[in-house]
Amino acid sequence: MLIDFFLHLKAAKLPVSTREFLMLLEALRERLAGHSLDDFYFLSRACLVKDESNYDKFDRAFGAYFNGVTEIPGLEAEIPEEWLRQLMKKHLTPEEKAKLEKLGWDKLMEQFKERLKEQKGRHQGGSKWIGTGGSSPFGHGGYHPEGIRIGGDSAGNRTAVKVWENREYRNLDDSVELGTRNIKVALRRLRRFAREGAAEELDLDGTIHDTAQNAGWLDIKMRPERHNKVKVLLFLDIGGSMDDHIKLCEEMFSAAKSEFKHLEYFYFHNCIYDYVWRDNRRRHAERFPLHDVMHKYGDDYKLILVGDATMSPYEVLHPGGSVEYMNEEAGAAWLQRLLDKYPRAVWLNPEPERLWDYRQSIQIINNIFGGRMFPLTLEGLERAMRQLNK
Amino acid sequence: MRFEGSNTYVATPDLMLAVNAAITLQRPLLIKGEPGTGKTMLAEEVANALGAPLLQWHIKSTTKAQQGLYEYDAVSRLRDSQLGGKDGERVRDIANYIVKGVLWQALEADKPTVILIDEIDKADIEFPNDLLRELDRMEFYVYETQQLVKAKHRPIVFITSNNEKELPDAFLRRCFFHYIKFPDSETMQKIVDVHFPGLKKALLKEALEVFFELREVPGLKKKPSTSELLDWLKLLLAEEIPPEALRSKDRKVAVPPLHGALLKNEQDVHLFERLVFMAKHNR
Ligand SMILES: Nc1ncnc2c1ncn2[C@@H]1O[C@H](COP(=O)(O)OP(=O)(O)O)[C@@H](O)[C@H]1O
Ligand SMILES: [Mg+2]
Repeated sequence: MLIDFFLHLKAAKLPVSTREFLMLLEALRERLAGHSLDDFYFLSRACLVKDESNYDKFDRAFGAYFNGVTEIPGLEAEIPEEWLRQLMKKHLTPEEKAKLEKLGWDKLMEQFKERLKEQKGRHQGGSKWIGTGGSSPFGHGGYHPEGIRIGGDSAGNRTAVKVWENREYRNLDDSVELGTRNIKVALRRLRRFAREGAAEELDLDGTIHDTAQNAGWLDIKMRPERHNKVKVLLFLDIGGSMDDHIKLCEEMFSAAKSEFKHLEYFYFHNCIYDYVWRDNRRRHAERFPLHDVMHKYGDDYKLILVGDATMSPYEVLHPGGSVEYMNEEAGAAWLQRLLDKYPRAVWLNPEPERLWDYRQSIQIINNIFGGRMFPLTLEGLERAMRQLNK
Repeated sequence: MRFEGSNTYVATPDLMLAVNAAITLQRPLLIKGEPGTGKTMLAEEVANALGAPLLQWHIKSTTKAQQGLYEYDAVSRLRDSQLGGKDGERVRDIANYIVKGVLWQALEADKPTVILIDEIDKADIEFPNDLLRELDRMEFYVYETQQLVKAKHRPIVFITSNNEKELPDAFLRRCFFHYIKFPDSETMQKIVDVHFPGLKKALLKEALEVFFELREVPGLKKKPSTSELLDWLKLLLAEEIPPEALRSKDRKVAVPPLHGALLKNEQDVHLFERLVFMAKHNR
């Protein structure tokens, strides 16, 4: 029953933990939600979802699970942990039962989930221990948890639109919205503060503390200075096809500027060749040879390229392919050069990921980057930051 | 103990449920939401409604978890020791230099208290983790005086965040969580009602329309929040602006009166005025 709901949420990729699930059970036992499904929705959300960017995912999962359910009679009455354990035990082999005490709940739930998956994969027909005639345990019209009254087939039982069906939190979903603030949060993953190097800074608190402890004899304490040691080299595409993404890139840029002390940035158009520039209005007057840039900034810099990588393949693969000027070497060669110098590198692409397969140039560049191209969404940014931290 | 809302604060049913879950199960409630959605005020209101003292802890970037428990005022002790004289006695007992923090005050109180840890995301990334144990157990040890401080009553803990930093998972798992959605028009009417009972319906209707339209203007650096709406209404009332003035009769776009109260950012004001200007000339 409720445990299925929990597993359903896990299957929907919500980061729910057993600890939180037990908290929900406890809350139900305290009768915090009455018989109404609305209350149950709010209560389970407050227990299980800890970030508004997951509200929408939760709404969808909740809707799919309780599709057609109008009421949960007596749900609050008896879901003691003991009952739960009994249910689990019923479904475990004797060996697993023996392991139960040792493993702890999280592990156990995982295994439980595996069992469900296995069964679904192997033979749709013969469910032994779920006992529903083998329908899918998750999702629409599938297995319905015991103790919950189902609306049945008659559509007349359906109530009006539920809170979760409004999808009010849709625009908080992290694959959709990406504002400056969100970008900052994501970029912060890159920040690694460390106390390193020689003692540099007077540790005032330490000094006072030790001096007082010494009954007034001055005892000076020093400590290494704390600083953000991450260095970032950022290249931004400001070409024509990027116009649609200007706001996003601006936000990305302003967030990056405020996050990193060591941020160097340059612009390019479509693909990178022998020159980049820093001031777009003076792009023809003031160019920086890429060789010089690479020479100046050491390989401890992390490399981030932002661009839609949308162009004719010719612009990447052939000398003279640039739309700006006659380049002697192909863009691909320059990209490779950059990657050789900066092992920690990613390409961020504002185009939706689902379109990538249809654009040859995106595939080419993603290949050159060894698959390190990420969409410019919060989730993509987080993947990218993780990659850079490797 | 149950929180049923109050006549000075509008709480939606989902918020009320989260608050009561936190009260009943004695776990912290983490509240997020745009600035001005009443996060800070909530703790005050709940404390008020429950008749519990409110202990506020406003977090800054330099705040350390330890300060919520206690601080050892070594500087005073040092000074006293240099002065000598009648303070000599005092210096010898370290307990005289222990300053109790918010959590300590809550734990030793004779009745349940409400603790507000406001804007937790301002602090260092380690801050929430440093408080885990204390919030879980509601007890801690004072090394200087070798004393165990234990809760007489578990306090009700509210924590607010503006989302400037991510909070650690271990911390989140121990909390109930509620995100205060920006009030819809209906809820906003109730909020305004609480602050300006008896406000003329016509004025409220026009004002809310202007307010919500303004929030939709793309590219604003800072969308007007509840506080700005309330400030603006106060001005409209003081200046005795009639409802008709909020929208011109010919239905033409216009800059609403006293809009400076709604848009606090100069860039936003310029942007808005430019948009209105353009809209006028496109007709
Ligand atoms: N639900 C509400 N009921 C009544 N007043 C509210 C409500 N939400 C916001 N306000 C008004 O807005 C002001 C700002 O609220 P505050 O708690 O400081 O917001 P936050 O802490 O979320 O930034 C409050 O002082 C109050 O006047
Ligand atoms: Mg506040």
